[in-house]
Amino acid sequence: MSMHPGRRLLLRGALTVAGAALAAPRRGLAQAPAAAPAAAPSGPFSLPPLPYAADANEAAIDARTMEIHHGAHHRAYVNTLNAAVAQAPQLASLELDAVLANLGQVPEAVRTAVRNNGGGHANHSMFWQIMGGRGGQPGGELMAAIGRDFGGWDRFRAEFERASTTQFGSGWAFVTVAREGGLAIVQKPNQDTPLMDGHRVLMGNDVWEHAYYLRYQNRRAEYVRNWWNVLDWGKIEARYAAARAGTLKI
Amino acid sequence: MAFSLPPLPYSANALAGQNMCQETLELHHGKHHNAYVVALNGLIEGKGLAGKSLEQICAEAGKQGADGLPVLNQAGQHWNHILFWQVMSPKGGGDKLPGALEAKITQDLGGLAQFREAFKQAGVTQFGSGWAWLVIGTDGKLKVTKTPNGANPLSTGEGQPILGCDVWEHAYYLDFRNVRPNYLDNFLNKLVDWEVVATLLQQGGMKSGQSA
Repeated sequence: MSMHPGRRLLLRGALTVAGAALAAPRRGLAQAPAAAPAAAPSGPFSLPPLPYAADANEAAIDARTMEIHHGAHHRAYVNTLNAAVAQAPQLASLELDAVLANLGQVPEAVRTAVRNNGGGHANHSMFWQIMGGRGGQPGGELMAAIGRDFGGWDRFRAEFERASTTQFGSGWAFVTVAREGGLAIVQKPNQDTPLMDGHRVLMGNDVWEHAYYLRYQNRRAEYVRNWWNVLDWGKIEARYAAARAGTLKI
Repeated sequence: MAFSLPPLPYSANALAGQNMCQETLELHHGKHHNAYVVALNGLIEGKGLAGKSLEQICAEAGKQGADGLPVLNQAGQHWNHILFWQVMSPKGGGDKLPGALEAKITQDLGGLAQFREAFKQAGVTQFGSGWAWLVIGTDGKLKVTKTPNGANPLSTGEGQPILGCDVWEHAYYLDFRNVRPNYLDNFLNKLVDWEVVATLLQQGGMKSGQSA
């Protein structure tokens, strides 16, 4: 968590007192691309534009899938999240990671909507950001951490692919990163995210069928293998550094 | 004995005119459903399933919560798809329901239009993978419900399904992409074989005839 204890307490208060103003400004999606969204958002959350052309990840994901995944699926999460937040205005001033880490304090009437759609918004915002590259391997501290925590690159890859292929039904495989740099692989169903456990996400792969069905149909394992070819390790290394500095958000 | 993939009760291109294309049916039946059958057969020995009916396995796995999921995921999906193929037909859809079924839907759910709306809502609001159901509840009344992933009303104890609609994305992505509500409308208006649903109502549910 990047928040110091005092701020966390403040957030708890804000979440439980309806309409309470919160001192900390909402900085938006710190990890989202800087470009302005194409359309004015109808709420505090907005769809980040893809940081590359829709066909930039052809080595793993076709352009049509990227367009639907971003323009329809992710957009629907953003719109539904905004609709939920409209019913709980005290959430609008909070950062998404703080909301997701404190779902128990979100009003019950909108809690499931915030969980599903806030999770979907955070997960996809991260997902777009770490692709657009040419695969390969990371270097430096991140590679050292992979060696330390997984026993090497090949084992890391195999364990992540296993998490991706064995998630039954809709969900994600993630690599979480602790403040001290430790890495772990976790599966989550649907649009749940390790952010809900107060953990930081280094990277994650979407294994909902919508992420791969047009090109791979039932062959999830093939999609999962190809996905490595479009990762941007420079971006992931930057997320690793941000996590260690305590500045990584979603 | 082992579980087996039942053949489709129509050809793989039989529903293409009703917006479920041949590729969808071939993949859904020949790949997805088949994978559940193969995986379930692989669990029979290790999980002590031998001799049990598919229905019994679903119900018992459902009572075990998270511990039962490895079995329920495969057993539930095998049962669910067996029902799913049966309740669709090239002659499906329309508003003409067998009398007893229509009367029961009207009595318990308020009418066909109300049922369709409730069933569609169940399917639309099942977040992620899962199923929408029309069941004969434990009180004997018809009820609309939904379950996630491979679960079903046998596993939740909610009753005996007489109609089920798969809302995993693999069921509709090639035909409808992200637009699940249109898939559900199409299922209800063009695909449901009401004669089969009426027969299942009369019989008190579906018996798969499959056992380990």
